[in-house]
Amino acid sequence: MKYHQPSSFADASAIAAGASGVTRYLAGGTDVLVQLRADLVTPDDLIDVKKIDGVHDIVRNSDDSWTIGVAVTGAEMSEHPALCQDWPGVVEAMDLIGSTQVQGRATLVGNLCNGSPAADSVPAMVAADISVTVIGPKGERTIKVEDMPTGPGRTVLEKGDIVTAVHVPSRGDNAGDAYLRFIPRTEMDIAVVGCAVNLRLDGDTITEARVSLGAVAPTVLLVQEAADAIIGTTLDDKALEALSKAAEAACNPINDKRGTIEFRVEVAGVLAKRAAKIAYARAKGKAV
Amino acid sequence: MSKIHVTTKVNGDEVEFLCDPRETMLDVLRDHLNLTGAKEGCGTGDCGACSVTVDGRLVCSCLMLGAEAEGKEIATVEGIANGEALHPLQTKFIEYAALQCGICTPGILVAAKNLLEREPDPTEEQVRYWLAGNLCRCTGYDKIIRAVMDTAADMREAS
Repeated sequence: MKYHQPSSFADASAIAAGASGVTRYLAGGTDVLVQLRADLVTPDDLIDVKKIDGVHDIVRNSDDSWTIGVAVTGAEMSEHPALCQDWPGVVEAMDLIGSTQVQGRATLVGNLCNGSPAADSVPAMVAADISVTVIGPKGERTIKVEDMPTGPGRTVLEKGDIVTAVHVPSRGDNAGDAYLRFIPRTEMDIAVVGCAVNLRLDGDTITEARVSLGAVAPTVLLVQEAADAIIGTTLDDKALEALSKAAEAACNPINDKRGTIEFRVEVAGVLAKRAAKIAYARAKGKAV
Repeated sequence: MSKIHVTTKVNGDEVEFLCDPRETMLDVLRDHLNLTGAKEGCGTGDCGACSVTVDGRLVCSCLMLGAEAEGKEIATVEGIANGEALHPLQTKFIEYAALQCGICTPGILVAAKNLLEREPDPTEEQVRYWLAGNLCRCTGYDKIIRAVMDTAADMREAS
């Protein structure tokens, strides 16, 4: 295994593009090093991105959007009051991953590129309409988070592609987001179901919404029907029931030791309702 | 395979080592630097027995490569006591018998010390969540949590 520490994304991409064997990028390493140790993946070239300028920065741009560096850790996000204020759902989703120790290393981009359908931060990023910039042999492009995963452990990224930054939209007024997951324990587990809701209000009425589900299909889902069920409503009981039904209908989960198909489908509906209520309260300016 | 030369600081001392790129920080501490306080429980970041701090940030040393230590400041359980004088957490762990086999203890001490540096007056819930990534299979967690809470109270009184 060769260990590289490039000082630019162009160099990192060139190393990956020119590599003949297995290549992995290293930021937090909380997936890569586990796979290395378990002999699941032994990279021929390991490209550490942490020496590249700006990868550790959380930047609020002049239009109030955010740019988060690819090596920013979960702990750094949770310790950033303004980011927590704007996007509590995204931060709480990232914060649910692993232990304090894992939070000291794990990154949003690692969680995304690992391609797990149960990745906690991904539904929250999808609901928040977050995108990433990618540089590769074909040049630079922007990819929406919802378009990244193509199946368990797979993404649209091709040989030589590397994610260069995470772009979070400006929060704007009267809006809120939330993420909830179900696990059988209270900490240190992988989502059996995850659900993120992001919405905007005009008075009491929802004018915009995005609903995303995790761990109930081969990839994280953006569920338009679930969003449609609450747009134009005040999140009354009828809207919540419709939201729950739409979330359930979108599920195509696996049956495994952590949850049956029936259980996951039902929990998806329950979490959608609860996450929507939290996002709604946050959009009203309440601390939840 | 070519080795990587790394210069870093461990418990305040400047150290240099040569490591294979696949070696973790835990391998380096235990096998090259003879600091065997950090333990390997799982090797996959689940148990916390290998906890150290890197530039003040609590991490699992099994999930970090030795090569990544270049220019960093690492702190391990060996640096917690001041010579023969035990850290208040260590004294309290003995008093409460907050350990049995001791495999998890170095990691828990490092993690708890890091918490108290950030939050001198934690709630029990904060302590339990902070230490959720440190598994103990002997004592259960109650004595550990009480030892940390009581240490925090003592340290607040002393300061």
